[in-house]
Amino acid sequence: MKKVRYIWTLVLLMVFTSGFASAGASHEDGEVDVNELVFGHINDAYSWHIVSIGDAHITIPLPVIVKSSTGWHVFSSEKLEEGEYEGLYISEGGAYDGKIVERNAAGEEVRPLDISITKNVLALMINSAILVWIVLGCARWYKKHPVENGAPKGGVGMIESVVLMVYNDVIKACIGPDYQRYAPYLLTAFFFILVNNLMGLIPFFPGGANVTGNIAITLVLALVTFFFTNAFATKEYWKEVFWPEVPVWLKAPIPMMPVIEFFGLFTKPFALMIRLFANIMAGHAAILSLLAIIFITVKIGPLINGTMTFVSVAFGVFMTALEVLVAFIQAYVFTMLSAVFIGLSRVKEEKKE
Amino acid sequence: MGLLTPDPGLLFWMVVVFGIVFFLLAKFGFPVIIKMVDDRKAYIDNSLKAAREANAQLANVKAEGEKILAQAREEQAKILKSATETRDRIIREAQEKARLEGDRLMDEMKKQIETEKESAIRDIRRQVALLSVGVAEKVIRTKLADDKEQTELISRLVDEMVESSK
Repeated sequence: MKKVRYIWTLVLLMVFTSGFASAGASHEDGEVDVNELVFGHINDAYSWHIVSIGDAHITIPLPVIVKSSTGWHVFSSEKLEEGEYEGLYISEGGAYDGKIVERNAAGEEVRPLDISITKNVLALMINSAILVWIVLGCARWYKKHPVENGAPKGGVGMIESVVLMVYNDVIKACIGPDYQRYAPYLLTAFFFILVNNLMGLIPFFPGGANVTGNIAITLVLALVTFFFTNAFATKEYWKEVFWPEVPVWLKAPIPMMPVIEFFGLFTKPFALMIRLFANIMAGHAAILSLLAIIFITVKIGPLINGTMTFVSVAFGVFMTALEVLVAFIQAYVFTMLSAVFIGLSRVKEEKKE
Repeated sequence: MGLLTPDPGLLFWMVVVFGIVFFLLAKFGFPVIIKMVDDRKAYIDNSLKAAREANAQLANVKAEGEKILAQAREEQAKILKSATETRDRIIREAQEKARLEGDRLMDEMKKQIETEKESAIRDIRRQVALLSVGVAEKVIRTKLADDKEQTELISRLVDEMVESSK
């Protein structure tokens, strides 16, 4: 009975939150702009919109930090709601849709240097703070409890078992010798992705931001993996890239294989970047689209709307549960593939008979 | 702005934030956790080893104790046996000694009695001889009238002699 009540609470919660989310995207004529609803969430924003009840919008204004042609500008994003402020405004349509732009002498829109604390940046900071708090909290537990007192229980024990799973099954298994050098980065990457993924699934502030579904985030992670892969690579690895063991005509006058191998260096982290970004972004988009069904079918009539609401909530619950799984799997896959790539870069010369 | 174009502002903040997170966790977070887990593993291994050794020692101690106990029992039996022997020997010796002493005393006694008897006899003989000599002297010296007087005289003389010899 208890479980059933939990499920109903969850369902109601989802209906309500999705209701709030859609209110922001509905136009005066009652039409629901699903595109705006979904992409408004997936894309970054200069303020953090929480709910809209009727015409009242509850948003958290965030600081805008911009260096335009007229120098540095630091102000609250509230100022931009009325339109232009200090020569800056949010572009609508065009190449810089939704971003802060200014006009140059020729009257064209140009982007200034923009390091504003946007929704994603704030979410990134919050999630990072949570991550640091969790891990350093665990580390502090160990400092307070000597070894003789035994293994930790509860939360610390859970984190420890996850750390050990990644450490033993992924890092140790995939990299081989010298795995200690890479362990801190891979563990950090795993927990960073996991925390950001899970926080993204919480539908209200401070969660709900699409951080790991943003390509800038996954780009940096992939670049760090690229760095760790190639910075400590063995001689044998570079030899396999530029002079692989293939028939000579494949590499001698026209270096076909070396070129392919060389591009392979970049496609590996590129795949990491795209995989994580696309999975998380698609997950967010799928959940939102499913919930949007409720508001699209309002016009058709109460019967269909009611049925579709049920279907949509059922699928929404399913998708959210699936996304929890995906949140873990993607963090795991990113870490494992990074470890595998690093492991490949540690090849030793095989002894020839 | 397309989905596939990384935003430079977010990129900048991501580098900063991830750098800080990485620094903090790689320096103060994960190494501590992994070190403690390794330490715990080593501690458990050591504890197991120590327990095994202690067990072996305990078994040793037990066997040793039993050995000592058996030895003690043996010793006890030996001591008891020797004590019995000693006791028997002492008693036997004492008996022997007592018997010998008794015999010796008896012999001495007998000898003494013999000597005393002999000396007594010698004494008596001497006395008798003396008496006889005295009586004969008196008889010879005195003229005796009749038998009655003779007898009286003899008894008187004998009395005198007895009195004088006292």
